[in-house]
Amino acid sequence: MGDRYELRFSGSGGQGMILAGIVMAEAAAIYDDKIAVQSQSYGPESRGGASKAEVIISDQPIDYPKATEIDCMLALTQEACTKYHSDIKEGGILLVDSDEVKDVPEGRFRVFSYPIIETAREELGKTIVANIISLGMIAELTGIVSRSAMEKAVMARVPKAFQELNRKALEIGFEKARELKAASS
Amino acid sequence: MAGEKKKRLMQGNEACAEGALYAGCRFYAGYPITPSTEVAEVLSARLPTVGGKFIQMEDEIASISATIGGSLAGLKSMTATSGPGFSLKQEGIGFACMAEVPCVIVNVMRGGPSTGYPTGPSQSDVMQAKWGTHGDHPVIAVTPAYVQEIFSETVRAFNLAEKYRTPVMVLYDEIVGHMREAITIPEAGELEVVDRAKPECPPEEYLPYDQRYEIPPLAPFGEGYRFHVTGLNHKDDGFPTNDPGMIEEGNKRLLRKIENNKEDIWCNEDYYLDDAEVLVFSFGSTARSARFAVRKAREKGIKAGLLRALTLWPFPDKALKDAASRARAVIVPEMNLGQIVEEVQRHVAGPAVEGIHRVDGEPITPAQIIEVIERYA
Amino acid sequence: MSAGAATAKKQKISVPFDYSKYLRAGKLPHIWCPGCGHGIVLKSLLRAIDKSGLEKDQICMVSGIGCSSRTPGYVDFNTLHTLHGRAVSYATGVKLAKPELKVIVVTGDGDALAIGGNHFIHTCRRNIDMTILVYSNAIYGMTGGQFSPTTPQGSMSTTSRYGNIEPSFDCCELAKASGASFVARGTAYHTQELERILLRSIQHKGTSVVEIIDSCPVYYGRQNKFKSASQMMEMIEKDGTVSVKQADRLPPEKVEGKLLRGILHEAERPEYCEEYQRLIDKVHGK
Repeated sequence: MGDRYELRFSGSGGQGMILAGIVMAEAAAIYDDKIAVQSQSYGPESRGGASKAEVIISDQPIDYPKATEIDCMLALTQEACTKYHSDIKEGGILLVDSDEVKDVPEGRFRVFSYPIIETAREELGKTIVANIISLGMIAELTGIVSRSAMEKAVMARVPKAFQELNRKALEIGFEKARELKAASS
Repeated sequence: MAGEKKKRLMQGNEACAEGALYAGCRFYAGYPITPSTEVAEVLSARLPTVGGKFIQMEDEIASISATIGGSLAGLKSMTATSGPGFSLKQEGIGFACMAEVPCVIVNVMRGGPSTGYPTGPSQSDVMQAKWGTHGDHPVIAVTPAYVQEIFSETVRAFNLAEKYRTPVMVLYDEIVGHMREAITIPEAGELEVVDRAKPECPPEEYLPYDQRYEIPPLAPFGEGYRFHVTGLNHKDDGFPTNDPGMIEEGNKRLLRKIENNKEDIWCNEDYYLDDAEVLVFSFGSTARSARFAVRKAREKGIKAGLLRALTLWPFPDKALKDAASRARAVIVPEMNLGQIVEEVQRHVAGPAVEGIHRVDGEPITPAQIIEVIERYA
Repeated sequence: MSAGAATAKKQKISVPFDYSKYLRAGKLPHIWCPGCGHGIVLKSLLRAIDKSGLEKDQICMVSGIGCSSRTPGYVDFNTLHTLHGRAVSYATGVKLAKPELKVIVVTGDGDALAIGGNHFIHTCRRNIDMTILVYSNAIYGMTGGQFSPTTPQGSMSTTSRYGNIEPSFDCCELAKASGASFVARGTAYHTQELERILLRSIQHKGTSVVEIIDSCPVYYGRQNKFKSASQMMEMIEKDGTVSVKQADRLPPEKVEGKLLRGILHEAERPEYCEEYQRLIDKVHGK
């Protein structure tokens, strides 16, 4: 791992992008013993509009807290993808929801496209866990946090009644990402 | 594991609330305002658990007023706000300066002027912190840049307030206020916690503004020392005076008690300063960009260094002059249109002084700073 | 009745009240103008405090800005002279931080009802235990006679040179509607009655508001053609008010246009500091 590993979670307000960022930061900083900074930018509304959360992970103290050269970005809406993809670095990863993002930007980064929200609806009956599926996919695609750290971080953040649902969502994410990786290699 | 302290991922605003509790804050009065509201939210939940008092007032002015009232009744007191709320609190801040009432005012800076950009960061209240209330008086303002530091600087703010009987401002911006980093809450006793000096003399001899002390002891209301507090110019017994000599002496003592103790109040971080030829002077979240930029410049062989102010007021002129004496340029990045850069110019003779300013709600990036450093390399 | 008892009673009446017990040595004379009723009100207040049995250390007197707000400087309590309009907010801080203190706020019509109007209504709404005394003389005296929220329509002032066109507030109705659990009105003229009202207001638990009708002969009186302070007192305070106890028995024409004196509203409502303590207890699982 280099100096900084930068992640950006983007979508629309209400899709849990900030929570995804928090969970990723906790997986890294609390359960994997790395250093992490999570930040976000948002408008006055809590629903709708483009929303993003960023996480920087490093072995050393992190000074600049915002993403500059993104190693991995998630986009769950076309608006967020179009607005926020330009900072993805060469060789980085862009994961998009294939139903939402039809106009996939061109760039010298790898694109993984998958119907994340539809999978959440079909397999778990709840689109709200699309962010957790995404976290599983990103953990698997990037390897930036360990699987066990990610599991612990998700379980620590969700209420008991929803732990099983989220555990399944995470599993689905790990699995789908493995399939995507196998297909692309 | 026993003895191992637990790390927690925490927002800057939460760390501020936790720091306040650690410092012994037991009274909070506030009014909701973005991006500082989490400070109030956390304290509304946490204060009752330690027997402390939280009250949401009807407006910002009432909040600072109740905060001062709470402190006079003997509790360590705090209020938090942002932008427009900081403007409204100024009259109360002036009262606390004049009546010498310890309290802490947190301002999570957002874009302005006016309602401005509530969810975007800024550092444009730094001069307001110093001169926002009418009249002439010194202030203390601390400017943390990291979440762990928001915790420790909030503790230090309370300590300074209690020690110097004065309002102390904690200034940070939306970026650090809302950012999350892992922090470790120190054990009790690990950080110093200062309580205000109380009088030991018999009540009939007590003078709340006793000129024999640089910082006179402060009795809480209701403990036998019946005294008078006013925002009018007053004598050593606290009662109003029209005597020109006493008015002047009272105002000057307010200044002296801070000026004479600057060495104690100042706190800076020196980063590659010893041989720095290009000096960056910065504070708050912008200093994080500056630190990054200085490290990158060093990697390129440029002798850059950072002087980061954790105490912005009183202004760290001594450390600045010292570092600037070895530099050919002083670069001052700040999220405003040029406030601290003028203060730097006031104190620095010789090196070029150049500001980097940004008011679009986005942080000043390391790249922006590196570019200017390279120009002076 | 025995001769001894008669003597005792007689003595009780004749012994003048010793105000010096409550006044700060060396702080008089006060700043109030000749003819102003603030000093009379202060005497009623000190007698009421004496009757309440409260210790001086227990009392915190808080004021804002204005003529009446200079009161705390003269009395030997814990005293806090704050900013214009903000007295009740400072007082809220003091009271919540130290509920064992008896907090008495001295304020004026401009202080409480104009610049401090928002603080005033929200303090009443919380029903935090404090006594708010609104010295109401229908003028800004300290700044030289401008109209205030209680200045009657048509009155002259230095900022209503052609007669005041603004309707006025009824301080007591405002306090009641805002939630104060004790609301009363007295005057500087009816000193014994005022003393009784003030004692009741101090003994009340919750926010108590007493509007005290007072006269400013220098700034209100002169501009509105009153001949003297005593004439003003008689017209405004004596003839301009009627006791709430008598009002029911009087024909409507004798009550119309007059302010009611006495206790106008009294209600049992949860008090803020006690509610807060209950919250602390609940958090601790008590």
